[in-house]
Amino acid sequence: MKLADLLRFSLKTITSHPTRSLLIMLAMALGVAAVIILTALGDGARQYVVNEFSSIGTNLIIVLPGRAETAGSFPGAVMGQTPRDLTLDDARWVGRLPQVHRYAPLNVGVAELSAAGKLREVTLMGTTAEIFPIRHMQLALGKFLSSTGENSAQIVLGAQIAREFFPDGNAVGQRVRLGDRRFIVTGVMAIQGESMGYNSDELVIVPVQHAQTLLNTTSLFRLLIEVRHHNEIDSAREAIRQTLIQRHDGEDDVTVIAHDAVLATFERILRALTLGVAGIAVISLAVAGILVMNVMLVSVSQRTAEIGLLKAIGAPAAVIRYIFLAEAIWLSLTGALAGFILGQAGSWILRLTYPLLPAWPPLWANFAGIAVAVLAGTLAGLLPAVRAAKLDPVNALSKR
Amino acid sequence: MIQLQAITRIFHMGDQVIHALDHIDLTIDSGEYVSIMGASGSGKSTLLNVIGLLDRPNSGQYLLDGKDVTALSETEQAQVRREKIGFVFQSFHLIPRLTAAENIEIPLILTGMPPAERKERIAETLQAFNLGDRAHHRPAELSGGQRQRVAIARATILRPTALLADEPTGNLDHRIGSEVAALLEALNRTGTTLIVVTHDRELGLRARRRIAMRDGRIESDEQ
Repeated sequence: MKLADLLRFSLKTITSHPTRSLLIMLAMALGVAAVIILTALGDGARQYVVNEFSSIGTNLIIVLPGRAETAGSFPGAVMGQTPRDLTLDDARWVGRLPQVHRYAPLNVGVAELSAAGKLREVTLMGTTAEIFPIRHMQLALGKFLSSTGENSAQIVLGAQIAREFFPDGNAVGQRVRLGDRRFIVTGVMAIQGESMGYNSDELVIVPVQHAQTLLNTTSLFRLLIEVRHHNEIDSAREAIRQTLIQRHDGEDDVTVIAHDAVLATFERILRALTLGVAGIAVISLAVAGILVMNVMLVSVSQRTAEIGLLKAIGAPAAVIRYIFLAEAIWLSLTGALAGFILGQAGSWILRLTYPLLPAWPPLWANFAGIAVAVLAGTLAGLLPAVRAAKLDPVNALSKR
Repeated sequence: MIQLQAITRIFHMGDQVIHALDHIDLTIDSGEYVSIMGASGSGKSTLLNVIGLLDRPNSGQYLLDGKDVTALSETEQAQVRREKIGFVFQSFHLIPRLTAAENIEIPLILTGMPPAERKERIAETLQAFNLGDRAHHRPAELSGGQRQRVAIARATILRPTALLADEPTGNLDHRIGSEVAALLEALNRTGTTLIVVTHDRELGLRARRRIAMRDGRIESDEQ
């Protein structure tokens, strides 16, 4: 039997059983579409998590004064009490390193805030304007410390604080007193809630020099550094350490940590998500495969008499297997293709419905979906045909 | 030439053993016209199936044109069926989704004949079997006689040496049945061995050689 005849013959069989063929193709298409849409959903969720995590900053290095002698940091380091301070000058030196994209020194403390006849205790953060891009914080109103005006007495209020003191929403431009110093409100932060242990809505931010005076310290609490590229984290960490050792008379008395802990968690979550997505894909493909196998099995057993006839007029078992194989491949390919289109359309609708979710099906899912569907469909069609081809023609013929 | 030696075919029905063919010895020369008659269950259809290589005997030897075909592999047997044997069934066994011409074409496709040559052969055959105007009808659109003519055309298009017919007129009325019998006999006159299995006495008596079977044995063999 020639290939062209084989393809024509099997195509004819498919078109002359439209309901059955459509059912098989539907099962196939739904399976493939399910794989594509589900992985698009899963991968979209993964992408979403990646984006959220990078908003914390995966390129971040944190320097704290004091040396962590063991795996945990020793109490002095946490409190910022060490023999040698981590100073603003240290921060400026570190800032000149080529790997460093930007840096923000950080002092944290508690002070009383009073304005408009109200008084409350607030957490104050002394830093520079760079903190905003580094921590991906947003201002709702006004501005914060242009680099030229580092020393002016500006204050940015957290969203909650601003609401409490200035319910009318006219906080910007108001004068407030923080501790024993007067500040002018230049901005209000956007609502962002809890992040890395601080509720930034109940925070006030002032220039770092003012914070140090207010808190009567010359040592920084933390130094946040954003490196240019994630790959440079390790080299940057080493360079920062060397710079600080040099400035501290050869003494290694700071702790430099990359954002490792966060990254590790992040990796674990991603891996779990990817596994989950793969699991979903496998299940939907298996369901599709079984559906296809069912319909194929029934259709082949219905045609046992035809197989018997073909054998009676001289078709060897191999030709009968080829005929059914060709048929299964036709059906699977068309079904898989329809499913691919359906899946793409589905993920497109998903992206329209949830613009936040980048629901693009990953490339591997498209290929795997089509490949597994074609394979499952082919096997599903072939196995019963192999069995039927083995029958003696007389037995096959008598089955109606 | 068909030579059967001690051919036995056994079926199991529960714990009962049925000898459908019980040590059959039979020789049929090329060009003979043989009818095999008997009640149902006498083994006549099983005999035809064994001769047509549709069924395998449990024991015995079958020589077709001097060659032992019982020992052939499945693929080789398929080739023998294709080249030497044509089969005509009571229920026609046409493929319902294919037209008359396409049904007749299947054996040619199986041999790998090029399409142009196939077309020519089909046109000739349709003409010979008086089916010219029915070429593009599906079996459901054909009368019983026309269906059986299509089936005979399919069985003979590769010019087999033996034409085996199992109750070829069983599903046809008397007049159409005689026409089909006449058609088979005309093919026999061109040299094709014709073996007809039937329980219709009238059809059986038309044959030059008449074999009667009972309980898996040949009861009588009249020339």
